[in-house]
Amino acid sequence: MRSAYDCIVVGGGPGGAWAAKHAAEQGASVLLLEKDREIGVPVRCAEAVGIAGLKAVIEPQPRWISNIIKGAVLVSPHGKEVLIASESAQGYMLDRKIFDYDLVQIATMSGVEVLTKAYVYDLIKPNGAVQGVRVQHMGKKVDVRARVVIGADGVESRVGRWAGLRTNIKLKDMESCLQMTLSNIKVDPHNIYLYFGQDVAPGGYLWVFPKNENVANVGLGVSGEFAKTKSARKYLQEFIDKRFPNAAVLYTVVGGVPCAPTLKRIVADGLMLVGDAAHQVNPISGGGIVTAMLAGQIAGEVAGKSLKTNDLTEKSLGVYARQWHKREGKNHERFHKLKQAVYKLSDNDLNNTADKVLKLDPKKRTIGNIFKAALVHHPSLILDIAKAFFK
Amino acid sequence: MIGVINDKCDFCGACVAVCPVDSIELYEARIKILKHCIDCMLCVWICPIETLAPLEALAEQECEALTIV
Repeated sequence: MRSAYDCIVVGGGPGGAWAAKHAAEQGASVLLLEKDREIGVPVRCAEAVGIAGLKAVIEPQPRWISNIIKGAVLVSPHGKEVLIASESAQGYMLDRKIFDYDLVQIATMSGVEVLTKAYVYDLIKPNGAVQGVRVQHMGKKVDVRARVVIGADGVESRVGRWAGLRTNIKLKDMESCLQMTLSNIKVDPHNIYLYFGQDVAPGGYLWVFPKNENVANVGLGVSGEFAKTKSARKYLQEFIDKRFPNAAVLYTVVGGVPCAPTLKRIVADGLMLVGDAAHQVNPISGGGIVTAMLAGQIAGEVAGKSLKTNDLTEKSLGVYARQWHKREGKNHERFHKLKQAVYKLSDNDLNNTADKVLKLDPKKRTIGNIFKAALVHHPSLILDIAKAFFK
Repeated sequence: MIGVINDKCDFCGACVAVCPVDSIELYEARIKILKHCIDCMLCVWICPIETLAPLEALAEQECEALTIV
């Protein structure tokens, strides 16, 4: 490790790896810092990703894919199943351990240096502008200087807070999540299943994502608003006891997913935020792998170009914020509005929606049409639905 | 004051993200609650597996691994 770099990336997930790679490709010297001892571990993810989305950021490799998903089945509170088999519902089950590891490995081939077990505990910002990070590594505290710092430090981001950006999230926009990888179960290996309802996962949904016919990631997210009175653990335990009483639990993982619009400010002088740290998760699905990589790519490129012109001010780095907003941020604002409306629907409304959608020609059973049916009594949202899903 | 049962914690960071006063520190396998905690309870509510609780409640459970700084 040197004492100074052009760019330091904090966090070795997909967003950090892709930011590091794209900055390095612009000729920048880049150091990637990861607080855990290994890239890719622990996996904090349900591991499903849309094929079209993934292909937009990287060519999928067979070793990352544990299962191919043909469609999504939405299950209403009264148990009606709505299958969406359109192209947009097709996906992969990723093996995130291998995927994340490979993304960082790919980044190193562009010259990125990596340090694991490196805990960033503060920023260097002598006169307001960020000029590096303070790292705790192997029992020593070290200052490492950088002309620009990219915070890809996850939902718990403190890099942003130290730079004066408000990264904390409202309770209602945070999904309290828990997942168990279950074995010795029997599931449909071709489709993902999403369960909705006040008794199952209020303000969120429960998922069954199959790795094969006997193993699945089974988890749920409950909006913080509802988690107040009953924890995610209790909701999930009830579902598993009922549906998979004989399951063995291979892995349990906990997490918070920020289902909000992107933060108002994601850049400051010498600093950019990427991924969960910037709240760049799709607020409806809770998916954040592809969006983080997309943001990382834009951020890395803008950082690289700003380094060349030696202008690392908020104004110069703001090109990233604008490009992100145009590409995904704007859509996330619409998704967030729709999410809030959908989560106010009663179980009865959801049941009626399922009945209505089941009468549609299967070819017309798209996510957009489902939202249209669900929010039929919210005419003010029609335009948002049209812009979000029927571009 | 809020306490953590480190033995139970999965170190996911959800509590850090909702903390309005930045009083929680997350390491690879350790959580620290800092003195300026304002007892707002947001971290207690968001934790998916009930790892955090007011100290009084934790004391009753005779938890060994409390971390208070």
